[in-house]
Amino acid sequence: MNLQFRKGLLCLLACPALLAQAAPDTAAAIPAPIAAKLAALEAAAQSAQSAGDNAWMLVSSALVLMMTAPGLALFYGGLVRRKNVLSTMMHSFVLMGLVTVIWAVAGYSLAFGGSAPYFGNFQFAFLNGVGTAPNADYAATIPHATFMIYQLMFAIITPALISGAFAERIKFSAMLLFTVLWTLVVYFPMAHMVWGKGGLLNAFAGGSIPCLDFAGGTVVHITSGVSALVCAIYLGKRVGYPNASMKPHNLVISVIGAGLLWVGWFGFNAGSALAASGLATSAFVATHFGAAAAMLAWMAVEWLDGGKPSMLGAISGCVAGLVAITPASGFVKPFPAMLIGACAGVMCYFMVTRIKHKFGYDDALDAFGVHGAGGTLGAILTGVFATSAINDGLKVAGKVQPLGLVDGNGGQVLNQLLGVAIAWVLAIVGTLVILKIVDVTVGLRATPEQESDGLDLSMHNEEGYILES
Amino acid sequence: MKKIEAIIQPFKLDGVKEALKSIGIDGMTITDVRGHGRQKGHKEVYRGQEYNVDLLPKVKVELVVAAERAEEIVTTIIAAARTGKIGDGKIFVYDVQQAIRIRNDDRGESAI
Repeated sequence: MNLQFRKGLLCLLACPALLAQAAPDTAAAIPAPIAAKLAALEAAAQSAQSAGDNAWMLVSSALVLMMTAPGLALFYGGLVRRKNVLSTMMHSFVLMGLVTVIWAVAGYSLAFGGSAPYFGNFQFAFLNGVGTAPNADYAATIPHATFMIYQLMFAIITPALISGAFAERIKFSAMLLFTVLWTLVVYFPMAHMVWGKGGLLNAFAGGSIPCLDFAGGTVVHITSGVSALVCAIYLGKRVGYPNASMKPHNLVISVIGAGLLWVGWFGFNAGSALAASGLATSAFVATHFGAAAAMLAWMAVEWLDGGKPSMLGAISGCVAGLVAITPASGFVKPFPAMLIGACAGVMCYFMVTRIKHKFGYDDALDAFGVHGAGGTLGAILTGVFATSAINDGLKVAGKVQPLGLVDGNGGQVLNQLLGVAIAWVLAIVGTLVILKIVDVTVGLRATPEQESDGLDLSMHNEEGYILES
Repeated sequence: MKKIEAIIQPFKLDGVKEALKSIGIDGMTITDVRGHGRQKGHKEVYRGQEYNVDLLPKVKVELVVAAERAEEIVTTIIAAARTGKIGDGKIFVYDVQQAIRIRNDDRGESAI
């Protein structure tokens, strides 16, 4: 209804413009008062659309920030041992400050400036030229600053996701330096390649490898998840792992965190439409259905696998589904979304209960098992289920292009695989180099004494739970 | 004087308190404790990893009473705390040398 109304309005507005173009000399035939009225109407329609889109994008920005804290801070904080709850929450919370400052100075520009295939430039450094006027390269109906702040929230949560792999044993100073370097070396280039104008993988802006990634399957989840695996292996196991008890100290707060993540993810995925449009609704619906199916799939396989359906399983399953549906959310119909979610639920279950133990790496909070694995699966399946019936944004000479295998474009799966491979290689190489640098400068790991005291005390001089106060 | 130390199931605490109140016993000290006797504990599973939890939550009730009432109180606690299953807990009875009320230096049974 709303969409039809908008289309009708656009038609109405376009008509005089077309007439004027076709026969400029007849333009004078429109009486001046009517022309003025039409111009006013056009301005009013544009301003109304901008108001609607901007309202949704500001809410989405806030929702995505909420995913980092309290969402991820609670989710991860509950999964660690009691003595590390604050340090783990800090790994998320501090990035809301740190990444924000990097973003303002140069990060936004390095991700979205210029039109080169691999890197941005410094055109928006210090937010130069990022104001309330829209940037039509990215989002023509919202202020440029809204687009900038929305993308910032993604840059904040991505390194926060990695912290699940090095939780309970990294030095705080090392974690800060690691994050600064990681955003510069891995995140900004990847964001530029996938979403930036002229980016190598940007299907919608002339990328030579047209990869489909609606809300960050490669940019956010593969980069963070794969980097998490590298961190887990490089740092080594926590003292006592896997024999000593490392069970979650408070699953209740993890459940609250997972619930906030689920809600926040609507901003993450539906907001990636960059407008309060029908496409945003499609992404919203796909996101929710993917999460629901994934939670049930994880629970079912856990139950069938000889265990009981656990709360930890339910929250892990929904997150796995949300991860996997992220790249596909603006391209797929609801039932393929559920299928993608269900596949992710099953696969990630085996990643964290079998593969992790088989190879013996200590991915403490399963950042790789859920984000790396789920993100990779989702990115590939996006190439299978993406359809122009949901997203007709990809046009060549005005003609809507088929998207995925279901549209008859089997080659898209290959494009997705290339995008995945680039994300994996960048994450592995970049993270290894950064870890080496941090290791030889400030040192990566807490000492065994600091680790056994808990990072809350040894890094921050405080405790999460003080029973005698 | 006797000290009665009863380690009971947490969910039986209210029943035990009520029963003691009904025979006129008001003073007691309660502590959350963990432990196990012959009870084996239970299994918890996180991420496919099994953990044996052998120290289970219990409640410790401590009271100091006149020696001649000790047996009656023990019987009352048993009646209120028993389910008949493993894990019901244990009661220990000790001799107490002295009791002192800090507020006014009362000594002996008048202090309890």
